[in-house]
Formats: sequence, C-alpha cells, structure tokens
Amino acid sequence: MSRLVVLGAGIAGQTAALHARRKLGRDHEVVVVSPNSRWNWIPSNIWVGVGVMRPEQVTFPLQPVYEKTGITFVQAKAVSVHPEGRSGSPGPYVTVEQTEQGRAGETEMVPYDYLINATGPKLNFGATKGLGPSANSLSVCTYDHAAHASKALDEAVERMRKGEKQTLLVGTGHGNCTCQGAAFEYIFNVEFELRRRGVREKARIVWLSNEHELGDFGMGGMFIRRGGYVTHSRVFTESLFTERGIEWVTRAHVQEVAPGEVSFETLDGEERSLKFDFGMLLPPFSGVGLKAYDAAGGDITSRLFAANGFMLVDGDYAKKPYEEWSPDDWPKTYQSPAYPNVFAVGIAFAPPHAISKPMTSPKGTPIFPTPPRTGMPSGVMAREVAFNVVDMMTGKEKAPTRKASLAHMGAACIASAGASPLRGTAVSMTVFPIIPDFKAYPDTGRELRYTSGEIGLAGHWIKHLLHFGFIYKAKANPLWVAIPE
Amino acid sequence: MDARTPFGQSYYPPIPTPFTKRMRTNLLWQLLRFVVINVKILRMVRKH
Ligand SMILES: Cc1cc2nc3c(=O)[nH]c(=O)nc-3n(C[C@H](O)[C@H](O)[C@H](O)COP(=O)(O)OP(=O)(O)OC[C@H]3O[C@@H](n4cnc5c(N)ncnc54)[C@H](O)[C@@H]3O)c2cc1C
Repeated sequence: MSRLVVLGAGIAGQTAALHARRKLGRDHEVVVVSPNSRWNWIPSNIWVGVGVMRPEQVTFPLQPVYEKTGITFVQAKAVSVHPEGRSGSPGPYVTVEQTEQGRAGETEMVPYDYLINATGPKLNFGATKGLGPSANSLSVCTYDHAAHASKALDEAVERMRKGEKQTLLVGTGHGNCTCQGAAFEYIFNVEFELRRRGVREKARIVWLSNEHELGDFGMGGMFIRRGGYVTHSRVFTESLFTERGIEWVTRAHVQEVAPGEVSFETLDGEERSLKFDFGMLLPPFSGVGLKAYDAAGGDITSRLFAANGFMLVDGDYAKKPYEEWSPDDWPKTYQSPAYPNVFAVGIAFAPPHAISKPMTSPKGTPIFPTPPRTGMPSGVMAREVAFNVVDMMTGKEKAPTRKASLAHMGAACIASAGASPLRGTAVSMTVFPIIPDFKAYPDTGRELRYTSGEIGLAGHWIKHLLHFGFIYKAKANPLWVAIPE
Repeated sequence: MDARTPFGQSYYPPIPTPFTKRMRTNLLWQLLRFVVINVKILRMVRKH
C-alpha cells in the first residue's frame, strides 16, 4: 500500500485529491492536509465582498466529502517537509500543526510515499506597511475578508446616502502583486452596486495598480480581433473604465497605507499619495513558508523552495533577460528536481519568471505584475499531476508522462462586472496559450482563433453556472468527473 | 470624472454606442452569445 499526501484543499488540492482517489484502488491511501475545515470557491468571494452572496454560499464543509469518497482529512497546516525522513523513521513525512478546535497547535508527523503541494499563496500583507484588513485596507482574498469588505461598503453607501462624497480605491497593494483580474472584478462590482443602490454620483472610484497599462492582467495583456482590427486588451479595458467613469493610476508600487491615505511610487520615480474612504488593495503573494529538512535535520529549504517560498519544479529557473525568455522555461510535469516523489501544483509552484516584462523605477523598485495562476490552469495541472502520481504509485510508470505546461495550455476567465440575472454583465476572456509564444505567433504571441474577450449578460450567466458547477464538482457529487477543470 | 476632456485619460478610449450597450443585455443576443462562449471555452478545454 502506498500513501499520497496532498497539502491544501483549494482548487488545485481538491482536484488532485478527488482524481487520485477515483483512480487509485482502496489498497492505496489519499490524505489531505488543510488548515480550514471548509472549501471555498474563491472566485465568488467578489460577490461576498459586495453583499450579493453570503460566506455560506461560497463554502462547504470538507469532512463529509472526504468521508463519502474515502479520503483521510487532517485539519492542520503543514510546516515542514522531510523528504528523506529522519534517521530511524520509516520514510519521508510532513510535519503538521493541528488547527482543529481543541487540538490547535499540536504537531504531528504525516508520512507519505508521494506528496502533492497545493498550498496556494500566503497573502503577504506584511510586504507593505499598513496593508490588509488587520491594518488600514480591505481585501476579498478570503470569504472572511470579503464579508468584512461588504460591511465597509455598506457603511460607505450609508455615508453617501447622507450626502457625503466618498473616494473608493481598488487595486493592488504592492509593486509585485498578481491577480489583477480579481481586483478588476471587484471594482466593477462595486461600481455596479453603487449604481444599483442609487449613490453612484456621490462616489469617486479609482483604480490603482502595478500594471504597466490597463488590461495587462499580469500576462502582458492579450491581442484580440475586434471591429476589423487586432487590438490590445488595453483598448478594451480603458473603454470599460471610461464608460463607468472609473479613474485609473497604473505603474504604481504602494509604499504605505495609512488610515484613509495611500502613498505610492510610480515607475517614473514620482512619489504620490491619494486619500480614500474605502480601500480594497490586494496583497502580493508568496509561498506559505514551508521548511524542508534532510535526514540529519539539516535545513534544505533552498533545495525545495525558491526564495519567494514557492516550490521549485521542472522549470528553467536560470536568470535571463526578458528577450531570452522562452515558453520552454515553464514547467511541464511539476515534479521536484530534488525529490521525484514530490510535486507542486496551482499557485504553490514557483514560476520561472514573470510573463509581463519586468520594469524598475529609477529608485530601483520593481513595479510589474507577477504571473497570474487562475483556477482553470490550476485545476488542469492538478488533474494531470494526479494522473501521473497514480501511474507511478501503481507501478504503471516510473516517471511522469503527462504534461501540463502553461505554454501549451489555454485559459478561460470570466470576470464579473456586476451581478444581476437580467442586468448583470461579465467579461468572458479566453487566451491560448497562457504564456505568449512569439515564435509560433510572431505578431501577437497567441493564437487569435482562441484568444478573445467580450462583455455581456451571457458572461454573467456563465460565471453563475461556474459557481454552482465547481461547488458541485468539489463536493464530488454524482458525475462530478464530467465537469471539466 | 470629466467625460471627454481633451487630453484627459478618458478622452481617447472608444466608448460603446447605445446599440452596443443594449445588445449586452439583450436576451436573445445574449442567449446566442452564451452558446458561442461556452463552445469557445469547451474547445479550449479540449485542447488539453
Ligand atoms: C478574490 C479572488 C478572485 C478570483 N477569481 C478568479 C476567477 O474568477 N477565475 C479564476 O480562474 N481564478 C480566480 N482567482 C484565482 C483562483 O482563486 C486561484 O487560481 C486558485 O484558487 C488557485 O488554487 P490553489 O489550489 O493553488 O490555491 P488556493 O485555492 O488558495 O488553495 C490553497 C489551499 O491550501 C491551504 N493551505 C494554506 N497553507 C497551508 C499549509 N501550510 N498546509 C496545508 N494547507 C495549506 C489553504 O487553506 C487552501 O485550502 C481568484 C482569486 C482571488 C483571490
């Protein structure tokens, strides 16, 4: 019997665990280690953040799903990986710290034969002074954060109803943030809600981001066919902002968030500040801070993890200038080069470099988005890695055979711009491949047939369908396998 | 924000015509777009 341990029960971890459990016979064990007892469909946190959904609608308890499917659940957070075990111990293991009520803080060893790290991001609010819900700005990254943001929005609306003007600021809270798409959805949903609640004219809404231009989304933007032209997503995005009367400041690195005031440096070296009454600024992401030790107890964290805490896999991590970047740099099997029974999927793997061109201010501050890793690719790579691990566990293969490089994978992203069954809209975007390939597609980096963007009510319906579909799938309800990642 | 103030950031971007805006929530058109976008997404999914 062998044992697969999956760290994390997010989009990637849940996908990997359910597929592995489905494929493996009962003589093999699948264990999931995750600190939270509930699963969260993170994309719908945006709607929690504007009060159109409650946290219970975007989450469900994990334990019943694992009982039904035969997965062992350890409610704990992994703290260190011991890929060689310890002298005297039977094999590799992970040290975890319990988070379950009554056992919080207890540590335990969880042995594994194969390990999939799907721990997602650490929300690194500490990177910017005053950033985050425990300091001076709001977030929608977790359902709790989003519920808090919704309350703050209600209070701002109340002030507007009393006749006060309010400045609402939404964007990224550091020069190296990713996930601009989530902030984009939030600002559009806030604007939609203010119109719905009849106070739009009292609000100044400002976008603040580290993107070089609007519509970059951390992937250098994209080119789409539109009105007989091939147009950059910047044009489309600026149009959406202008139409809604939203101002924008780009190329910005937030230095500090004080109560009601944000200070930032721009790529041209200027230092500016902006007062706000309501501020939702995303944090930068890093790895969750797992440590690694060899059999003798020596620290080998740098063999398994990059400096930013994400796990090193089969990418090309050699430092090279933007001009020399290649789609081939991107990992294909997500296997650790140091330990072949260890994999990392979703946000947890270390990207070899950014996708948007790195830019630095005259003061040497890097101001550019780090690569986005959205739900669809996270799910696809988790599924392929799970299949590879199953093949290796059952002795069918000695090494991974399936590949899931972002350079050969497309993504669909539906960005909500307002939630309402008949008046709502969302931007439906598809890109192929995620990593631009200027050799294969010299003018645009991507295949135009599969790269598109449009806004409309249909997108909102699809976003709603995805909400129910993915929660259904993550609950492993009947025929869940038929729903694609 | 000043709409169409010369040289301001909102001066240059294209803005949708009333017809384009209407079509974004026109039920028949959006039902068709719903099918088209889903087909596009499924073709993308099949590519992997
Ligand atoms: C507000 C918001 C909106 C978004 N909207 C979209 C969208 O519309 N479309 C889209 O495609 N993507 C969207 N994304 C991105 C999407 O959520 C991510 O791509 C996806 O969640 C990544 O999956 P993951 O499993 O890698 O990480 P996560 O989903 O974050 O899961 C990580 C898991 O690991 C657990 N964990 C953390 N630390 C430890 C530890 N030490 N030990 C064990 N477990 C641990 C966590 O509790 C969690 O269960 C959005 C993101 C945000 C923040």
